[in-house]
Amino acid sequence: MVLVNRHVRLLVFQNQRAVFEVVGGRSSDFRPPRVFCFLSIFSVRKRSAMSFVTVAYAVLFYVATVVFLVGFLKRVLQFASAPAPLKIPTMPAPLTRIGAAGRVTREVILFESLFRSDKWLWIFSVLFHMGLLLVLLRHARYFLSPDFLSPVWGAVWGAVVFIQPFGVYAAFAMLAGLVMLLVRRVVMVRPRYITNPSDILLLILLLGVALSGILMTFIVHTDIIALKQFFVSLFTLSFQPLPTDSLLLVHLFCVAVLMIVFPFSKLLHVPGVFFSPTRAQCDNAREKRHLANWAASMDAER
Amino acid sequence: MAKFEVPVLSEEPARDIPEIQAGVMAHSRPFLAKPEHNKPLGFPDALVDHWQEKALGRMGSLLKRFRSLRVFLDSCVKCGACTDKCHYFLGTGDPKNMPVARQDLLRSVYRRYFTLPGKSFGPFVGANDLTQETLEEWYTYFHQCSQCRRCSVFCPYGIDTAEISMAARDIMDHIGYGQKYCNEIITKVHKIGNNLGLPGPALADTLMGLEEDVHQETGHDVKFPLDVEGVDVLLITPSADFFAEPHVDGLVGYAKVFHQAGVSWTVSSYASEAANFGLFIGSYEQMYKVANRIRKAAYDLKVKRIIFGECGHAWRVAYSFLNTLAGPWDFLDKDYPVPQHIIEFTTDLIQRGGIKLDRSANENMVVTLHDSCNVARGARMGAVPGGQFTLPRDLIKACVPQYVDMHPDTINEKTFCCGGGGGLLTDDLMELRVKGAKPRVEALKQVMTQAGVTHLASLCAICKSQFTKILPYYDIEMDAVVSVHGLVSKAILLG
Repeated sequence: MVLVNRHVRLLVFQNQRAVFEVVGGRSSDFRPPRVFCFLSIFSVRKRSAMSFVTVAYAVLFYVATVVFLVGFLKRVLQFASAPAPLKIPTMPAPLTRIGAAGRVTREVILFESLFRSDKWLWIFSVLFHMGLLLVLLRHARYFLSPDFLSPVWGAVWGAVVFIQPFGVYAAFAMLAGLVMLLVRRVVMVRPRYITNPSDILLLILLLGVALSGILMTFIVHTDIIALKQFFVSLFTLSFQPLPTDSLLLVHLFCVAVLMIVFPFSKLLHVPGVFFSPTRAQCDNAREKRHLANWAASMDAER
Repeated sequence: MAKFEVPVLSEEPARDIPEIQAGVMAHSRPFLAKPEHNKPLGFPDALVDHWQEKALGRMGSLLKRFRSLRVFLDSCVKCGACTDKCHYFLGTGDPKNMPVARQDLLRSVYRRYFTLPGKSFGPFVGANDLTQETLEEWYTYFHQCSQCRRCSVFCPYGIDTAEISMAARDIMDHIGYGQKYCNEIITKVHKIGNNLGLPGPALADTLMGLEEDVHQETGHDVKFPLDVEGVDVLLITPSADFFAEPHVDGLVGYAKVFHQAGVSWTVSSYASEAANFGLFIGSYEQMYKVANRIRKAAYDLKVKRIIFGECGHAWRVAYSFLNTLAGPWDFLDKDYPVPQHIIEFTTDLIQRGGIKLDRSANENMVVTLHDSCNVARGARMGAVPGGQFTLPRDLIKACVPQYVDMHPDTINEKTFCCGGGGGLLTDDLMELRVKGAKPRVEALKQVMTQAGVTHLASLCAICKSQFTKILPYYDIEMDAVVSVHGLVSKAILLG
């Protein structure tokens, strides 16, 4: 049960230029190993007069992470364990499981069905989702640190560095997509009819994330080194202060709320698309029986 | 002619999207099932006490039984891609006929009772109480879905409203709030063996009459055997094929093909029905029972193969579910797929030179094909994906001088339902049926005026019945509807 944070390396980000520096574990960083998160917050507070904001956000992100991971996993297990007693792929469907996996992959990467159905909506969705993906990948730098001793890790870090400029500008694609999705939902009659307040709320939360992020990247910079120290410290239970500029707090708050609502909301379309029988099943019902456990017992009585 | 307004057709098929008109179809509901339709199926006689509790209990068990239901209820992002894809919405403008809105009738109850935010925040997250009003809406709008799956083609997550409406109908059946048309028919199948309630002797009589007719017309002894043991093929065909027009021309076509190929065959009086309305009411148990009549008939008659006649949802159940429901087929000839479609059988014969066709027998016909929804999106024919589109077309082209396809957005997997599928082919839903046919009729009218199409070929008993009934509302003669094997019947060279 010994947690040592001596090897935490920090990224130094200077003058908005991609200058990276590896910082080794210093004695001043060293904190005695701790077992309970609660105790460690307590002890940190006493020593460095940790602000209320830091503690609140630390707790918020622990809660958000646990809720997200447990909730997401539970839902995926529910999807996976519910039997699919009949073959219902939307035909024409691939004949093999590999073919069906390809179909799902095309849905996930290219949004194939949406393209068939609504070209404008497809453009808005691709802008938002692909933008979000690049932005998320870019954010890996705030959690990971370079370690040139391991070639694999070096490659990962290289990818993170490579993606930076794309991720920075992808934020605008994400923003544009979100704005159009929101406008469409409010202005167009049919989407408006099927919209619940929560649909708008999710878009606003995502817009909050995108806007605050863009402002911090291009106009009102936050103390990115301190921010990274804060997040890395969450992993090691050695709490570092969180910068308190309001843009950053808004940004992080929206992210945490999105993580918390994820497993209970329509954001479940993310795992859902992988489990959708109409897309993920292959067309082999005439060759292979497809008997669910609960249905198999009926055969004994015929 | 009608107590309602027949929709005005647009010149551009699949492009005419109506303004939404809330509640315009709220009055359209089929007759409720009576106790005598419910009891034989094991459903409560009428709406039970504490029905909310029981409905939610049933919903809970369906969620554990069907992955599709849970995934589809959870995954919808309300993007609206499906909102202009349903023929009932396009034909009526009632917003609750947009697939997502139809699903939301069930989803809102699921959210309310089975998810945390729904329990806490209610309507804010699209969650609603299960009230009498909700139940009435379920009954109304889940009987305005023909389970054609067109929406599932266009949904980015493949959400299939058919699965949702089947689940809803199953829940309603389990609280004694089922639909008369479907439950009455399933009762007849269990009791007599077919949807029409046509008993064995009547069936024998009908088939004998057909033999005489064909003999008179062609001079050939084409047989229509019933309950003959030890033959090669058990033909399972929709019972409408025994007497309805133009269905019966199809049956004559099958018989001539078997005759000419020298393949012995029989119809079974025990399983004299291809249709399986268990699908429509979303009941695995009912579907299982109906399907296993076919197994018993095939076993008892000691046949080698099973071939299905022209019927849309029957072919879906046959192709996609029969092996699961009534297999394994270890007692049948392993050289043939089980089951086979009559169109697969006939096209294969043509390729091998087993039968010859003469297009001039259908001279002056310009034919188009209505892809039946359950064949197009729920099954396959032949060895490659999409065979369900090419095989019927190849067969028709071999039988008629000219073939023309309808607008590309209305054929193949994008085909529009005839408007009468999914257990809605009942006179108490006439307005819905006429309006729901609008997108299909638009595309048909276009090729009739622009390409001189004279006939609409169909490979589904429900489509044929629906079209012969509703095309006259749109000033098209009911004779324009033909069976695919009706064309074969005319073109085939006997002797």
